Amino acid sequence: MPMSAALLVLAILALAALGHWSGARFARRARAAGQRLPALPVYYGWYVALWTGLPSLLLLVLWAATQDWLVRQILLAQLPPTLAALPADRLALELTHIRNIAYGLAPAQGASPEVLAAVGEYLRLRGLARMAGWGLALSAAVGGLAFAAAQLSPRLRARHAVERLVLLVLLLCSVVAILTTVGIVLSLITESLRFFARVPAGEFFFGLTWSPQTAIRAEQVGASGAFGAVPLFAGTLLIGVVAMLTCVPLGLMAAVWMSEYAPARVRDIAKPALEILAGIPSVVYGFFAMLIVAPVVRDIGTALGLEVAAQSALAAGLVMGVMIIPNVSSLSDDVIRAVPMSLREGSLSLGATQAETITRVVLPAALPGIVAAVILAFSRALGETMIVVMAAGLAANITINPLDAVTTVTVHIAMLLVGDQEFDSAKTLSAFALGLVLFFATLTLNLIALHLARRYRERYD
Amino acid sequence: MVSTMDMHLPATSAEQAVAPPLMQARGVNVYYGQKQALRDVSLDIRRGEVLALIGPSGCGKSTFLRCLNRMNDIVEGARVEGDIRLEGQDIYAPEMDVVLLRARVGMVAQKPNPFPKSIYDNVAYGPRIHGLTSSRAELDALVERSLRDAALWDEVKDRLREPGTSLSGGQQQRLCIARAIAVSPDVLLMDEPCSAIDPIATERIEMLIEQLRQRYAIVIVTHNMQQAARISQRTAFFHLGELVELGPTHEIFTAARSEKARDYISGRFG
Ligand SMILES: Nc1ncnc2c1ncn2[C@@H]1O[C@H](COP(=O)(O)OP(=O)(O)OP(=O)(O)O)[C@@H](O)[C@H]1O
Ligand SMILES: [Mg+2]
Repeated sequence: MPMSAALLVLAILALAALGHWSGARFARRARAAGQRLPALPVYYGWYVALWTGLPSLLLLVLWAATQDWLVRQILLAQLPPTLAALPADRLALELTHIRNIAYGLAPAQGASPEVLAAVGEYLRLRGLARMAGWGLALSAAVGGLAFAAAQLSPRLRARHAVERLVLLVLLLCSVVAILTTVGIVLSLITESLRFFARVPAGEFFFGLTWSPQTAIRAEQVGASGAFGAVPLFAGTLLIGVVAMLTCVPLGLMAAVWMSEYAPARVRDIAKPALEILAGIPSVVYGFFAMLIVAPVVRDIGTALGLEVAAQSALAAGLVMGVMIIPNVSSLSDDVIRAVPMSLREGSLSLGATQAETITRVVLPAALPGIVAAVILAFSRALGETMIVVMAAGLAANITINPLDAVTTVTVHIAMLLVGDQEFDSAKTLSAFALGLVLFFATLTLNLIALHLARRYRERYD
Repeated sequence: MVSTMDMHLPATSAEQAVAPPLMQARGVNVYYGQKQALRDVSLDIRRGEVLALIGPSGCGKSTFLRCLNRMNDIVEGARVEGDIRLEGQDIYAPEMDVVLLRARVGMVAQKPNPFPKSIYDNVAYGPRIHGLTSSRAELDALVERSLRDAALWDEVKDRLREPGTSLSGGQQQRLCIARAIAVSPDVLLMDEPCSAIDPIATERIEMLIEQLRQRYAIVIVTHNMQQAARISQRTAFFHLGELVELGPTHEIFTAARSEKARDYISGRFG
């Protein structure tokens, strides 16, 4: 099946290539005949090719996105009364079952004759839909080719038309990107609203207990669930603060060294080397934190007579801090280097040492940019999941002691959604509410950082 | 504005007769990597006078200026040869403290470069670093004196807390001069201090230089021949890294010995 879909795309592309060739040939001949064309021949080629390929490929994508829904609607309309009479949620299950059998994901044995009939019908409809889609796409390609070929004339402003088409494609792409973002945010918001319909916002934002076990059956006892998210917020902040205490001094000093002291050749090696840290997958940091740093932290703590949890906020925060060093150092290095040389010379020529120049002139001048870098790093730390899932544990404690185990918002989002879940229990929905809070927190931080960075740029550009 | 008659104040000419020059450069060569930017330059810098460095672009004026306070040290690949002395002391000797040297040989850049701090903090920067004052009142007084000397006080006395960058270009340049004289240097180096500002601000700075020369030795790079003629007592003409001619300004401008200098001054090349 995918094989033949690929063939279809290839066929459309071949048609487009043919269109390109014939358009260009038309233009070259017209030129050879002494006519003055408003555009180069290659634009005539692209004009035909775009008209051939674009609408048909777009149609194909649209069709692929909607055919499932269409088939489902038609199938629903044809279901035998025994099935059609089911309540909505059972019906949805039944439909999924039918599809699973059709795709061979579920065994056909034991299914009722109605279901088996529906499976047959489903397969037939799907085959039809596919043929229809392909026919549509191919005829769009041929139609586009014919239309564009008919438009070819020495007066056709092909460059103009091609540029307009390209602009349209660019516009489409950005619209898709923006709509996707908006869609994600909207679904976050609506799902969160559903959550807040079950759990009061006051409990969520101010409650001190987090144990999201809701009853699966109404008669279960002791499983009412508590959705006070404060422990998660506190844990996130604690780990974030430990991470910042690690990465800000290290990253900043690395940046100062790279931008002010390192010879150009050393810097050219050191900076990419630091940036490699940013390229390590966070899951690697995660097991590093879990297997090496956490035990070491624990051993040191015990040796000092302190009580350290096996999974401490300190271990997770330290490793997270190391992970985001490049975020701080690389951006800070850039803003420090953007401080005009003339300021350094002004300071040095007054008899300031290099260290005085850095601390009293360069760093204050670069401060807004550095603060922006730090804020961005902090927002990254808040959203980081893998390290904390692996190293910070699940204990929802409210503490400021970094040696205790804490947990974070992201860990719980991950925990809430793994495994089999009912999709509209308060437990599952709470993940959306947590996600929404996280989204607004990082959005705010990023906006502040952006604002600072822009102000900084205005000052020196 | 300055007639040639008052060019040598009686005190300074008497001093010159006995005292050695404040700074002495002998046989200075400067290389940037393989490229030689200055060849065998020798000249003296004296108290109480303005020395103008003129010459076509790229002839090494800035390079020479930057040798005098060792700002070439921070240029990667720059190498300075020869002998430069401040009051007889070799400024490139290993035991020379470059921080102290730069406190004594101040510099004003071509483009005003106030720090992104308040006007007050800009001027107080040098004194604070060198611990020149012991109380807030003393520092206030020093800042005021420096701003007055730089002919800026009246314009900024009510806004000392505002950022130095909020001033106009000409005011910024005078702020940089105030900043430089706040550490009481012996020599003031100025690299085209008026090239980025308007004629009125230029006139103010020229008047200022005329006053400052009573107390400091001033070396100024300028591309403006009239300016060199107006404010300097001696002029050095550079060409292709060499010091071609050096003498009293009125002589250079009326009867230069070398053809190059005559052509350059009359605007025929450069
Ligand atoms: N940092 C540097 N690296 C390499 N070469 C340099 C550097 N600075 C200056 N030079 C070279 O040294 C020569 C003298 O430069 P310098 O800046 O002293 O000229 P200038 O007389 O001040 O010119 P202008 O009047 O344009 O300011 C020029 O040829 C220049 O290209
Ligand atoms: Mg210069």
